[in-house]
Amino acid sequence: MERVPILKIGDILLVSIQIDMEDQVALQLQEDLADRIVATGCHGVIIDISALDIVDSFVGRTLATIAAISKVLDADTVVVGMRPAVAITLVELGLSLPGIRTALNVELGMEMLARERATDGEDDDEDGVEDTETPAVPTP
Amino acid sequence: MTLNADEAARFAALLEENQDALVSAWTDRVTTSLRGRLSHAELQRQTSELRRGFQQALAGTAQGISDAAAAELRAQLSELSASRARQGFSATETAVSVFAFKEAVLATLDSSGRNDATTLRDYVAFSSFVDDAALFTFDSYVRVREELIADQAEQLLELSTPVVKLWEGVVAVPLVGTLDSARAQVVMERLLQTLVDTGSPYAIIDITGVPAVDTQVAQHILKTVVAARLMGADCIISGIRPQIAQTIVALGIEFGDIATKASLADALRYVLAQTGKKGR
Amino acid sequence: MNDQGERVEVTSDRDVVRVRQLVRTAAVAVKLSLVDQTKLVTAASELARNTLVYGGGGWVEVAPVDSGRRKGIRIVFADQGPGIADLDLALTDGYTTGGGLGLGLSGARRLVDEFDIATAVGEGTTITVTKWCR
Repeated sequence: MERVPILKIGDILLVSIQIDMEDQVALQLQEDLADRIVATGCHGVIIDISALDIVDSFVGRTLATIAAISKVLDADTVVVGMRPAVAITLVELGLSLPGIRTALNVELGMEMLARERATDGEDDDEDGVEDTETPAVPTP
Repeated sequence: MTLNADEAARFAALLEENQDALVSAWTDRVTTSLRGRLSHAELQRQTSELRRGFQQALAGTAQGISDAAAAELRAQLSELSASRARQGFSATETAVSVFAFKEAVLATLDSSGRNDATTLRDYVAFSSFVDDAALFTFDSYVRVREELIADQAEQLLELSTPVVKLWEGVVAVPLVGTLDSARAQVVMERLLQTLVDTGSPYAIIDITGVPAVDTQVAQHILKTVVAARLMGADCIISGIRPQIAQTIVALGIEFGDIATKASLADALRYVLAQTGKKGR
Repeated sequence: MNDQGERVEVTSDRDVVRVRQLVRTAAVAVKLSLVDQTKLVTAASELARNTLVYGGGGWVEVAPVDSGRRKGIRIVFADQGPGIADLDLALTDGYTTGGGLGLGLSGARRLVDEFDIATAVGEGTTITVTKWCR
């Protein structure tokens, strides 16, 4: 059975799904990822699905489960690169992937994770001075 | 009734001899009928060219407007109707420009005191020649208008779905005109693709130019917003006019937590404020 | 209908992937739009998984169709499983007996143009879906 590789980049685990996954492969990924989060102590997971031409309810549910498991292991998950046709289909299917954070591409996903960590660290001074060092939108 | 060779020749001579008087009388009539929407000088140029066209056609013994000798004249008439059609003149106004020639010729015949039976017969034959010319003008006017309409329909389709980059990371779709299901689908797919291509996490859907929103169109917009969210982008809907807001509520369409703003400017301001907040 | 259909036995996960690939190839061949391809393949994936999980396996047949006016793809999913006792309930969003999201049947129905289901308790289920080119 094929396996989806998990790459560690700094404090982030990057999963790029490049194959049409059998259901077992998706479940295996779910397990592998939980193991890797614990082993590496990473606090962020990016799942790149830009190569997937469909996401059905099984894959959708797997993604949601991965996000939930990661959360328990103190890691944030961002799903990136969903194709427009896939998104339109998911809406029609009635799958809204609750609890999953998404970004358009890996770069924006990494920014999102960085912001997330920064906000978590600042929890004590929630009302502190507004810091615009890392805007979500790059200034022209 | 067609012109015979003699009649044609006699009229060719008449048009040549009295050219100044004819052109001036013709121009005056056309100027009046178009109520000053084209300058006298320009009309004078047109009528004098048309007179030459008629004269040459008749001198070449054209018996009807479809004769080979009248080819030049036909080209002139097509050009006239095309320019009139583009300038927005009505079909009647265009045809009258040609019909007026008959009156000018009649006035010339009167003033030269030729009112015998031969002249009358000549005139009737000539008159029918001009009628044909006017009908030809009418036809080509209609053809040009049809081409214009076809062109515009095509342009409208091209124009109908622009997705513009408004700011770094912000794209906008100004929707204009009636949205049917098929078009809404095309617009929405293009919008989502643009989000991916430009890596823009914000999209503003501006519906200022949409005259009416029915349940189906609203559904399409809502689905697009949800799809964009799944992809990791936020949509803001702007330009909701009062009547449309009433329709939306009356139809019981739920916009839920989707941000709606009165104007495109408000929407952009909102997005910039959002990105400022996220940046902390 | 015509007889150029291709049939896949569905007895494992791997066969669900094969169904997806078969449907995609067929959808591209009749020139379905990208979004419609995606919808059809997704629907096929849901239904083929149902055939496997709830029907205990069966077969899927994919065939191009031509109504004279337009072209399309017809897919038949058949199993000899337990059948569906309450069809209305099974077609309701969120209803599941298999621990899924309960979107398989109802969701797949929204992704295709025509959806027919024939089922009898103890005899199995046959679902036929069609997607037409626009």
